[in-house]
Amino acid sequence: MTEKTNSTSTASAETSRTRLRAGFIRRDLYGVAAIVIVAAAGYVLFPDNLALLTRIIAIALLVLSLDLVTGYCGVATLGQAALFGSGAYAAGILSAHYGINDPLLMTLGGVFAGAVAGLVCGIVMLRAHGLPQLVLSIALVYLFHEFANKASSWTGGSDGLSGIVLDPLFGLYEFDLFGHTAYFFGVVLLLIVFALLRIVVRSPFGMLCRGIKEDPVRIRALGASPHKALIKIYIISGAVAGTGGALSAISTQVVALDALSFTQSAEALVMLVLGGTGSLFGALVGTVIFMLFEDFVSAANPFHWLTMVGALLIAVVLFAPKGIFGTVQDLLSARRNRTGETRP
Amino acid sequence: MSAVFEVINLKKAFGGLVVTNDVSLSMMAGDRVALIGPNGAGKTTFVNLVTGALKPSSGEVRLRNEPVTRIGPTGRVQRGLVRSFQVTRLFQDMTPAEHVGLAVLQRTGKSAQLHGNFLTRPAVMEEVDDLLERLGLYALSHRKVREIAYGQQRLLELAVALALKPSVLLLDEPAAGVPQSDTGRIEEALANLPADLAVLMIEHDMDLVFRFAKRVIVLAAGTIIFDGLPADVTKDARVREAYLGSYANAGLKA
Repeated sequence: MTEKTNSTSTASAETSRTRLRAGFIRRDLYGVAAIVIVAAAGYVLFPDNLALLTRIIAIALLVLSLDLVTGYCGVATLGQAALFGSGAYAAGILSAHYGINDPLLMTLGGVFAGAVAGLVCGIVMLRAHGLPQLVLSIALVYLFHEFANKASSWTGGSDGLSGIVLDPLFGLYEFDLFGHTAYFFGVVLLLIVFALLRIVVRSPFGMLCRGIKEDPVRIRALGASPHKALIKIYIISGAVAGTGGALSAISTQVVALDALSFTQSAEALVMLVLGGTGSLFGALVGTVIFMLFEDFVSAANPFHWLTMVGALLIAVVLFAPKGIFGTVQDLLSARRNRTGETRP
Repeated sequence: MSAVFEVINLKKAFGGLVVTNDVSLSMMAGDRVALIGPNGAGKTTFVNLVTGALKPSSGEVRLRNEPVTRIGPTGRVQRGLVRSFQVTRLFQDMTPAEHVGLAVLQRTGKSAQLHGNFLTRPAVMEEVDDLLERLGLYALSHRKVREIAYGQQRLLELAVALALKPSVLLLDEPAAGVPQSDTGRIEEALANLPADLAVLMIEHDMDLVFRFAKRVIVLAAGTIIFDGLPADVTKDARVREAYLGSYANAGLKA
């Protein structure tokens, strides 16, 4: 009797495991499909504005990287652009000073430099908590900015880094004036990063990070070190931000000091809050909406567009505190519960 | 048989204020010890010293004959000293299965893995299911913690601690805040703890102490004033003096 119930419960546990796994894969595929559809729609709708779309992708990578530390781990930072800019300068310097013009190698350089910058920022910032931590992040981004400004023989200083030359992608696709190649390159980079991050946030490590955000003391009582985990997420975050920076350097073929600025960091945080923290889609949605809104409104009313951006932000924070994506998700799940369906 | 857990001449002073004064105790595998004492006796400080949250002024803590006084809190957990919390500290947005799964992964050194999901890993989930089943939480495995009752959260706290396979378990008021109707299930869970586990329970509820503990230690003003059988504790003059009345009466009734 007991044996029988045991075996049936094991079997049902197994089917529920298979179902869970199928659910994960299905949601991943939906996510990838959504990105592909939006990217294709952008390509069809704004064929003359691919530079903007590519810039959106680069910034989306920055916001995703910020989501990892802020959304998933609860580390408040206003210095994330330090990692983005490090990636951009590394990719640019490889080409401008070392003649390494292969876009893939330049991207790898950006990933590596971003990861190293992430490690450095992580080590410094994680010494503190809360407000002091936030101040440290601001100090760091100013230091990075000032360093890039002073090392002008390497970075071009306030004139920006120019002289970036690109070989064709895979030796086949020239980076054309209209930005077709850069756009496709960006979309593929985003898809790869998105897929990898989905795996990471769902992994044991991702769960550990969520735990750290809620209660580091509890995590310590489990025998795990929050500090070690946060350093690790900072390195991953740096690699993602560095990818975005490299993409920005490759697509525009210049790197300006803005890439390392406090303003860029703060804007990234605004985009993340707008879309919704703690979800990869939130980061993407926030970036796309903020940057398109900025583009349209500044074209329609060049004098008051910042006012409008401010109004949008206030509206979201007041009426949709979970961000646009988070709120839509809540509404959808509330409706699903009303109609009696249950989530798998 | 040698002691699995030893505290030797532990002392802690904040400035001139001595809160833990020369405390020594040792526990064998399978011991069931209750640590009691009036408010302000230094129980919390003692727990913090033992778990590594505080550094002692002098003295030593040993786990399975290894001195751990210089080892941090996470290192002590990894060496088998696990604590539960007086006020439940769980992750509100996570499920019981995720809690226990995280603990199992941490114990087996897999909590830093960047891929895969434990919910689809049979090796981890079998242990998770088994533990939740033993504590009567299996049906709630995939509910969010915020949706389950406080008594069940206390049981989950116990499940998380057990998932770490401790050799010494520090229970900080395991039944605190639980409605009377649910304390039975907590006591049942406590009675079913692994036989070779050494358990040190910090508790106020004397009924629970007398039912659970085979040995009682009384802490007052940072010093151990009694260490012996539960039956003798209420007869002890110093304990009566430290406590005054009400608790001692509860003990006599039981």
